[in-house]
Amino acid sequence: MGWAIALHGGAGDISPSIPPERRQPREAALRHCLQIGVDALKAQKSPLDVVELVVRELENNPHFNAGKGSVLTTEGTVEMEACIMDGKTKKCGAVSGLTTVVNAISLARVVMEKTPHIYLAFDGAEKFAREQGLETVDSSHFITPANIERLKQFKEANRVQIDCAQPVEKDVKKETPTGDGDSPIGTVGCVAVDNDGNLAAATSTGGFVNKMVGRIGDTPIIGAGTYANNLCAVSATGRGEAIIRGTVARDVAALMEFKGLSLKDAAACVVEERVPRDNVGLVAVSAKGEVTMPFNTTGMYRASATEDGYTEFGIWPSVEN
Amino acid sequence: MGGWAIAVHGGAGVDPNLPQQRQEEAKQLLNRCLNLGIDALRSNLSAVDVVELVVRELETDPVFNSGRGSALTAKGTVEMESSIMDGRGRRCGAVSGLTTVKNPVSLARLVMERSPHSYLAFAGAEDFARQQGVEVVDNEYFITEENVGMLKLAKEANTIMFDYRVPEAVGLETCSAVVESPILMNGLPISVYAPETVGCVVVDSQGRCAAATSTGGLLNKMSGRIGDSPLIGAGTYASNLCGVSCTGEGEAIIRGTLAREVAAVMEYKGLGLQEAVDFVIKERLDEGKAGLIAVSNKGEVAWGFNTTGMFRGCATEDGFMEVGIWD
Repeated sequence: MGWAIALHGGAGDISPSIPPERRQPREAALRHCLQIGVDALKAQKSPLDVVELVVRELENNPHFNAGKGSVLTTEGTVEMEACIMDGKTKKCGAVSGLTTVVNAISLARVVMEKTPHIYLAFDGAEKFAREQGLETVDSSHFITPANIERLKQFKEANRVQIDCAQPVEKDVKKETPTGDGDSPIGTVGCVAVDNDGNLAAATSTGGFVNKMVGRIGDTPIIGAGTYANNLCAVSATGRGEAIIRGTVARDVAALMEFKGLSLKDAAACVVEERVPRDNVGLVAVSAKGEVTMPFNTTGMYRASATEDGYTEFGIWPSVEN
Repeated sequence: MGGWAIAVHGGAGVDPNLPQQRQEEAKQLLNRCLNLGIDALRSNLSAVDVVELVVRELETDPVFNSGRGSALTAKGTVEMESSIMDGRGRRCGAVSGLTTVKNPVSLARLVMERSPHSYLAFAGAEDFARQQGVEVVDNEYFITEENVGMLKLAKEANTIMFDYRVPEAVGLETCSAVVESPILMNGLPISVYAPETVGCVVVDSQGRCAAATSTGGLLNKMSGRIGDSPLIGAGTYASNLCGVSCTGEGEAIIRGTLAREVAAVMEYKGLGLQEAVDFVIKERLDEGKAGLIAVSNKGEVAWGFNTTGMFRGCATEDGFMEVGIWD
């Protein structure tokens, strides 16, 4: 037993030749956010508070695809979504289509706690944010030069216009990494468990580069990108369409519950067998304080810590495995 | 076993005092839709084609809460959502926040087949609809007099907006609806709140399963509120083993990832279809009220609900056919 925390900054085709000026700020951010989470757990904050806190920090960091630094839609705008779930009560909150709310994850929490609903989106969500007094800013705040460039490169690399009269292959096409070694997909997320086995999960994202306006991914879909119950808490990242169809987060918990698999085995099974390669990564903790961070992509920005002093940071697969 | 099977629903949670005429109307519609589906199955249409065509019929008819006849938002408008899933390959498509698309389930299918994504909503979904040339109409087309009246009653009862876990007595005094039973769903007396989401699940003669669900959503909902119907794994799910469509209290269905749960216990615990449905209804709904229909790749059909009644119909290739409302 004991507390445990894991967080991610996105899984994808993260090239090993990513330049240091891109890699280092992210590594530093992972360390910083992990520390914040660990301190909060040590201070006996609830896992729900901890995951929200950590994800807020990741959203505010412009180097990850959430909040500030979100990737852009095909029209060059930002549409953010997030989701939070309390494993103990299975209460959850989700938001999509945000354009001015500084911290999507906090709005998701307010939806969970202050409305009889679970999921609010687009104009309705923005209106609700204002009614609740959440911090909002001009949408340009979230747009970074790196993402403007990323959108441009992505459009150029995928010059073939999707012909809407033809059936489209959804997840087989390998993403084309942009010149700076960055993946066009990604998300941030955090899962945590306290000493009493209470679990929580939170995920936040700007979505998929060049996505159609109005496209919703896996992040705000309970059971796909985010899930927590009394056994485990899971936050997934990667190709949204694959995570939705694979009900990834829920399946980790379902394998533990119905097949008695351990956290590690359940998560590995989902990532290795239930979704296509190069598509998915996740972080998960169990009620017993275990942690696992499997991925089938080139890399996943991740960090974790447990009460007994174990910590791990990484981008690419660990050598021991 | 084997052979095709089909089930349809028009919502879980029925007013026990529903006038006989309404009950008849509903049963006739369910019958008609079942027959449409049966004809299509006999003509060898695939499962995903059949669920789409049956749900289109349910959306077009104003009786239930989908397409025309959708429940109204707090603003008095209609915001529709739907999802469809093809068990073969687990392909899926979903839409939310539609205001002019005549058949949401068909747009969901186009999202699945002609977009690189799985889920489109609000303005983006409406744009996609126009790009695809689907039939669009004014929002007024979907609004029925009956639903305008329901919204008025709901606002009078006024229990939905901020605290839906009110004690049963509260709100009844202010509600001018004829409330003869204290049954509440989503904070409203059942005679006012009629969930009536629609759905269809099918297994075709090749053993392929599909599911589709469509709704106007919660009566008096906040604009922008998304329920379970468009969420894969919650309101709709299909795999190579089964197809499931749920209805009832959206929040309970989402928390319980209900549709996925039926498939998961079949897959991971080896339960049969009826066992799986019973297990999920009994164990996965905590205080929530909901129902679901399901088919298996073996040609079986099943349903379950913990509400008072669910509008449903089902048929299998060996000639079994049944339409019902109550237990």
